[in-house]
Amino acid sequence: MGLVLAVAAALWGAGWALGVPPKSRLTVLAGLFLLVLALQLVLPAGHPLRTATGGSPAPWLLLAGFAVLALLYGRWVAGLRARADASGPKPDAPTGSFSEVELDRYARHIVLRELGGPGQKRLKQARVLVIGAGGLGAPALQYLAAAGVGTIGVIDDDVVENANLQRQVIHDDADIGMPKVFSAQRAMEAQNPHVAVRPYHRRLTPEIAADLFADYDFVLDGSDNFATRYLANRVAVAQGKPLISGALTQWEGQVSVFDPAHSGPCYQCIFPEAPDEALAPACSVAGVAGPLPGVVGAMMAMEAVKVITGAGTALRGALLIYDGLYGETRRIGLKRRADCPVCGNNDKG
Amino acid sequence: MKIVLNGEPQEVEARSLAALLEEAGISGRVATAVNEAFVPSALRSRHMLAEGDRIEVVAPMQGG
Repeated sequence: MGLVLAVAAALWGAGWALGVPPKSRLTVLAGLFLLVLALQLVLPAGHPLRTATGGSPAPWLLLAGFAVLALLYGRWVAGLRARADASGPKPDAPTGSFSEVELDRYARHIVLRELGGPGQKRLKQARVLVIGAGGLGAPALQYLAAAGVGTIGVIDDDVVENANLQRQVIHDDADIGMPKVFSAQRAMEAQNPHVAVRPYHRRLTPEIAADLFADYDFVLDGSDNFATRYLANRVAVAQGKPLISGALTQWEGQVSVFDPAHSGPCYQCIFPEAPDEALAPACSVAGVAGPLPGVVGAMMAMEAVKVITGAGTALRGALLIYDGLYGETRRIGLKRRADCPVCGNNDKG
Repeated sequence: MKIVLNGEPQEVEARSLAALLEEAGISGRVATAVNEAFVPSALRSRHMLAEGDRIEVVAPMQGG
């Protein structure tokens, strides 16, 4: 019997080496099996050939029985696997442009009634510019990237400093000395390789603002000075684009969506002039509680998701004030100022 | 008259929003809201306060 099995193994191996398909090799083995079985049945007991190939049909029939069982089991498992595959997500389902990995990644968005597949597609197609990769920019950028906003621009002329890291969670200790936009880009691309990040390592100036804003659907302002805030507002209003504005000092922050082309006021309607430096000091002078920019920057990202997808009601015509020291939020309604030098000529409001 | 200024209940003499800012010693470029509605600076002297009004004085912030 061992001799026959050795011949069978040799035939299988030779077939594999010659590239014969498994089905043909199985056919050859089945022929060998039938030949041996015929020898057992036809030749008289004690015939040298019958003795050399086993001596009795019983072990061969037993072997055949095991082979049939193994075959049936294999078929059954393959059937189960096929059924499980059919119920799972299919690549290139109705959303078209999402890969299977992306569909899985954004599954918690897609189940939200207000977002769903169409909302996720709008996020992917959105182009958002974030001014500042500091306290507010850090969480805003991280959440925009994680949420799948397809194109994220970030402009900042600073480099990462040791004293930034108490609150600017997008940068690491090893990034000290590196331009913030590149550190932020690396963090975002590491977190979500399905988004495109465009870093601009320079200051936002009146010379470049209009051209830069033109490439984006809207702007998040997390800058750290009034000159940039008024500039961003002027250019956003001129291009009819929403400006999601966040600002903070010490324990308190403000968030609003300035979008006079749609409804409500612009930044300058509410704050016509910058206050004296002494009354509204920068973070470096006044201090800022570490988690505060996390709260306010995440609120900005939340407003961005709503502005992109149309879900719920964005903070247009409303200013949300978060007072971290007492755990309070207050919300006041805002109105456009007819004599505003920036948006005053706008018909809507 | 009792009003609530930035979340704090206060007893004040002022009748108008502009007078309230003066009485509270708030100067400079701030935004104001009465009962959650924005009141532009030009209208503050004409905006008369009522018992229990909630006044919010918001200073612009530049930090980011």
